[in-house]
Amino acid sequence: MASVMPVQSPARLLLSGNEAVARAVWESGCKVAAAYPGTPSTEMLEVIATYPEIYAEWSVNEKVALEVAIGAAFAGSRAFCAMKHVGMNVASDALMTLTLTGVIGGLVIAIADDVGLSSSQNEQDSRFWGRFAHLPVLEPSDSQEAFEMTKFAYELSERHQAPVILRMTTRINHVKGLVTVGERIEHPNHGGFRKDPSRWVMTPAGASKRIPLLFERDAALQAEAESSALNFVSPGSDRRVGFIASGAAYMHVRESFPDAPVFKLGFSHPPPIEKIRAFAHSVDKLVVVEEVEPLLEKELKAAGIPCHGKDILPRQGELAPNVLKPAIAKLLGEPAMEMPTAPAPVFPRPPTMCVACPHLGVYYTLSQIKNLTISGDIGCYTLGAGQPWNALDTTISMGASMGIALGLDKGRGEADRDKRIVAVIGDSTFLHMGMQGLLDIVYNRGNVTVLLLDNRAVGMTGGQPDPGSGRDIHGQEAPRVDFAKLVEALGVKKERIHVVDPYQLPVLFKTIREEIKIPEVSVIITNQPCVLIDDYKKQKPYAVIDEKCTGCGNCVEVGCPAIHVTRREKVVKPSGKEVELQFVRIETAVCTGCGLCVQPCAPEAIVHADPAKPIRLVKS
Amino acid sequence: MNAVTNILVVGIGGQGVMTATEILAEAALALGYDVKKTEVAGMAQRGGVVSSHLRFGLKVLSPQIMPGQADLLVAFEAAEGLRWCHYLKPGGLVLMNTAQIVPPVVDLGLYDYPADPLSEIRARGYQVHAFDAQRIALELGDVRLANTVMLGAMADHLPFPAEVLEEAVLKRFKARKPQMVELNRQAFMAGRAAEKAAQHEEVSA
Repeated sequence: MASVMPVQSPARLLLSGNEAVARAVWESGCKVAAAYPGTPSTEMLEVIATYPEIYAEWSVNEKVALEVAIGAAFAGSRAFCAMKHVGMNVASDALMTLTLTGVIGGLVIAIADDVGLSSSQNEQDSRFWGRFAHLPVLEPSDSQEAFEMTKFAYELSERHQAPVILRMTTRINHVKGLVTVGERIEHPNHGGFRKDPSRWVMTPAGASKRIPLLFERDAALQAEAESSALNFVSPGSDRRVGFIASGAAYMHVRESFPDAPVFKLGFSHPPPIEKIRAFAHSVDKLVVVEEVEPLLEKELKAAGIPCHGKDILPRQGELAPNVLKPAIAKLLGEPAMEMPTAPAPVFPRPPTMCVACPHLGVYYTLSQIKNLTISGDIGCYTLGAGQPWNALDTTISMGASMGIALGLDKGRGEADRDKRIVAVIGDSTFLHMGMQGLLDIVYNRGNVTVLLLDNRAVGMTGGQPDPGSGRDIHGQEAPRVDFAKLVEALGVKKERIHVVDPYQLPVLFKTIREEIKIPEVSVIITNQPCVLIDDYKKQKPYAVIDEKCTGCGNCVEVGCPAIHVTRREKVVKPSGKEVELQFVRIETAVCTGCGLCVQPCAPEAIVHADPAKPIRLVKS
Repeated sequence: MNAVTNILVVGIGGQGVMTATEILAEAALALGYDVKKTEVAGMAQRGGVVSSHLRFGLKVLSPQIMPGQADLLVAFEAAEGLRWCHYLKPGGLVLMNTAQIVPPVVDLGLYDYPADPLSEIRARGYQVHAFDAQRIALELGDVRLANTVMLGAMADHLPFPAEVLEEAVLKRFKARKPQMVELNRQAFMAGRAAEKAAQHEEVSA
């Protein structure tokens, strides 16, 4: 089979959707690109930052990122902005007025929806933004399309002087496929920024004059979508069911029903209703396959085009062949196919904190203190809600730990009278959207103890730098925010601000215990770096002396993945109480010597590993 | 006719599952196949499950392998082999690293590690060629070679010559760490040999 394969062209590369977009952004002559890291969108900016022709930045949040891109587009340059789905919730304030001003230089906004929630707090359908903001939406189905549509998006953006939304999903962002690439073409700057207050200064008078232009633009975009080559029919002989699909779902439909006609929706908003109507007439039944919400389905029904959609397909998660095939079989009254089933459930592997993570010290300490209500935030430290700590009680959105803590304080009823309110937030999340919440706590005199976990990176997305890192997107030195000074400037009393080493458990414990008793806002800043970034320095690893381990299990409560229980033993204490002893070993090969487990070990059974002894690895 | 080869590589974040699949993808790409590769690896960096799907052929549409569709399952960890075995075609083959990586939820006593993942997979009618890739890597002096050992183990179960995969492995190291080329060649060969020996065992068992 290999011998009949065509020879690979040197310009064909195996690229993820994110890499393909980045390449197309570069080839399109883009000058400014900005983003805040967020799975599954992060790699777009990481790759763009490797092109010297583009100014690239990690912004403090998605709203600022979009505003930077808007400024560049106002200045006549091509600009790019990327974010995960929830990022647009933050940036939408800018978006909803940007749609009135429009742009001069092309502006492409890539929004990555985490369909299936691989790493997010919710599942959203970003196609709504196209409807809400009257903006065109393009939806690639693989890396090659992501590349081509990004280039087309710049032309479309400049033709209609409107930003263009490139709607992606995890199954596009992170899938690698072949892409035929080209070279960069520099783009003219359209003569630079032209002063025009009626266009760029959105006052009520100015904005109301621009609203009718939105409707004109809608009509022009609608016409373009109707004739666009991105909306086409992939023919099929089995006309019992015809499909309409976009994005990843298109490939799943083609895979599942190779003989069915499929209307491929690439330029998906405004929807090409008339083109779809003609297609609908050519098939017996029409099924709309869209991830996630029934947007198009409702629009088709409103236009008098009968169709199936969410009446037969799930309203959450990916619409992969294992979902599509049984649903369509049922629609056609065919017997359902047997799908092999999973074996008896194997234990789950929820994400864990890293070995020696500085957050371990924080959560171990919080788990040892009673009567706390802990509002949490978005980042690795959200894992504190899990075993063995169970030391995080709420997570909503970026920065929400602050406002929620204040609300828990002000809204407390009799049942919570003795509860202490603690908020836990990371450095990057604090800078993203937490600062305002802390200011609110200070201003409104809340009784909250804030734990600001400064690990000098955006940990969960892979250790990207932030303004607290002292480095920029290129790893170059950059001004570094001083968190103690920053929170003092927000109004936290100097004596209520503590900088603590999270590996020093007694100090951390004492500081938290003291601060939660004081009925005003305190901020405890931890100061050790993420173990995945260069700032982290490994120490000598530890091992357990088997004979000394008494099975007390204190070290297990730290939650470090390098500590393993080798044997359990039930014993009856003199008091008559039955307890389970847990004898442990340390995976010395992965231990980096943070010493957290050494501190609660009563029998001093944990010592530095003997360098002369061979390191034992995972059991085989 | 559009024959697509489906290879599912599974393990735990940090084991090099995604890198191994990437190298496999490069080998398929070098032969001119259409290739798609996808991962389910949300927060894999934190010790979670990673499953990496590789599909190649004349034309690949959906990037995902469905249960019952995989031609080959490569498990970097024993329990992960069990977790994913139903993705294989009936009677399909698992290449399994016998190393067991115990997650904190098992250490905390909340769940049990399966007593004998290998037998459980066989009981479902699949073939298993099992070997300790970790130990082989350690014997060669570097635990990180386990990744290349696993690639070597796959080499005789692909629709193209083993040398194509070997070349793809070594090319990566030639570009990034030339001093590691020879060790990786040895690891690749050791993986091939270990898999052959395991195959023998399975046949004679």
